[in-house]
Amino acid sequence: MPSDPEDDYIPWIQQFCESFGHDYFVPIAQEFIEDDFNLTGLSSQVPYYREALYTILDYQVETAEDHNDDSTNLNGNGSNSTNNNNNNNNTTTTNNTSTNTNNNNSKKPELPNKSLLAHSAELLYGLIHARYIISKPGLTAMASKFERNEFGSCPRFYCDGMHLIPVGSTDIPGQETVRLYCPCCNDIYIPSSSRYLNIDGAFFGTTFPGLLVKMFPEIENQCRIRINKFNQNDFGLKLFGFKINELSLSGPRMKWLKMHPRSDIEKDEYENCEFSIPVRENGDEENEEHEEHEIEGKLEEDDDKTMASE
Amino acid sequence: MASEEYISDSSSDFTEYWIDLFLGIKGNEYFCDVDDEYIRDRFNLTGLNQEVNKLPTLIDIITDLLDIESQPEEHRDALEHNARILYGLIHARYILTSRGLNKMFEKFRNGDFGYCPRVHCQLHPLLPIGLNDQPRLASVKLYCAKCEDLFNPKSGRHSIIDGAYFGTSFPAMFFQYFPQVIPVHPKETYVPKVFGFKLHEYSKLNRWRELQRIKLEKRLTNHGIEITNVAGGFIVENNEDQSQDLEESSSQQLP
Repeated sequence: MPSDPEDDYIPWIQQFCESFGHDYFVPIAQEFIEDDFNLTGLSSQVPYYREALYTILDYQVETAEDHNDDSTNLNGNGSNSTNNNNNNNNTTTTNNTSTNTNNNNSKKPELPNKSLLAHSAELLYGLIHARYIISKPGLTAMASKFERNEFGSCPRFYCDGMHLIPVGSTDIPGQETVRLYCPCCNDIYIPSSSRYLNIDGAFFGTTFPGLLVKMFPEIENQCRIRINKFNQNDFGLKLFGFKINELSLSGPRMKWLKMHPRSDIEKDEYENCEFSIPVRENGDEENEEHEEHEIEGKLEEDDDKTMASE
Repeated sequence: MASEEYISDSSSDFTEYWIDLFLGIKGNEYFCDVDDEYIRDRFNLTGLNQEVNKLPTLIDIITDLLDIESQPEEHRDALEHNARILYGLIHARYILTSRGLNKMFEKFRNGDFGYCPRVHCQLHPLLPIGLNDQPRLASVKLYCAKCEDLFNPKSGRHSIIDGAYFGTSFPAMFFQYFPQVIPVHPKETYVPKVFGFKLHEYSKLNRWRELQRIKLEKRLTNHGIEITNVAGGFIVENNEDQSQDLEESSSQQLP
């Protein structure tokens, strides 16, 4: 980190991570960003890539607004304050920046304006963040955030407050907002606070939760304890104490979604699902379980079999 | 309490009804208002004197026949507290009647109970449910008809409400009474991926769960129940025959 004479100076990364709604982010280590290898391919995804990168690293960046006085401030942040002062003085002249850029020496043909640059910097930071949190130091930093329950708890009652992990449904920015993955019920949820609804999911990436769970086996242990605790508990709607039959329109139809194998038959069946869902003809255990239904629906089922085998 | 002209009987500093005041308290958004006649009908309150003391006094307070200010000061807090418990317990019974169900339907439509946080449920409105019908055992939970699962209320104000004020039977009764709001269930599941590859054990569990669903679908179709894109059935994206969908779901796991 470049030393700075000013006391009230806050690095851009710290500022970003502390701003409203950005509590899911961890600060990326300076060395990680400075290593060009880690940034491979990002230059094509981020407009004004170089300027955005310099902004993140707190190097001096020229913007369209302060292009008028660019000749002197090439060395470091020290000139920041004077720059701002000049900016205030120049507010009248910035309206005709296009003419100014033409007048000045054109080593950089187009310069971003400040808001555009701020957006690019956030986008670039997010994309680097997605890569950083699957590296070792990043994983550790995120794991301690996970431990402190900074991403919130699973809203599902039977998950018993399991901590959540942020995840993106895609790695391409600008498509989906961030989601939260619960390793216990293996499902994804919308963040409970609306302040996270404008955070891009790609800033966390699709890989992160899987890797975190695999790197820290204690997370899987926590889940196993919860699953064992509630697995015998068979929730279904009841009317005056009576369960609703599954043939009823309002009957239980989604039990499979959160089921875990319990009986020995189910465990065998689970083992058979190792690589694919077993085809019905071979699965003897299912046939004997529902023999009485098979006879009733023989006709329909024959149809199904011929269609499936083709 | 025999008097019908309760407004003129009550003291002049009375500005609002007890029930309206109660419903206006922050955190009581899940409750609907119970009709006065329902509360005054003693038959509806059978057995509630075991849960609260001084039942007649409490009924008078709730129906505004009796001003709580007229009671000795040392009893007021206890009376108010018990009146709220009694109202909750009557509420649990009332919302199973047709008038109560209609009022709750309105609240359901407005999303007063919140929306399912599960991504694949696409913000389906929730319904309150208790895990017990006895008071003081568990707080209220929220039921999503799309994933048929229980959720904790988002706000801390709601998570301290007793579940018995809604009862275990309410959602089941609700869907018996309003079968038109039974949703089509989404089949999508989530499997964690690392660099695009699904994690094996999660994928295996997911396959097993899918097998359970296929077996359920089989059982239902064998009973002649339509399940493709109908209420209570499952969403099938490409409107194909169910057997083809079965085949597709088993083959998409292979690559």
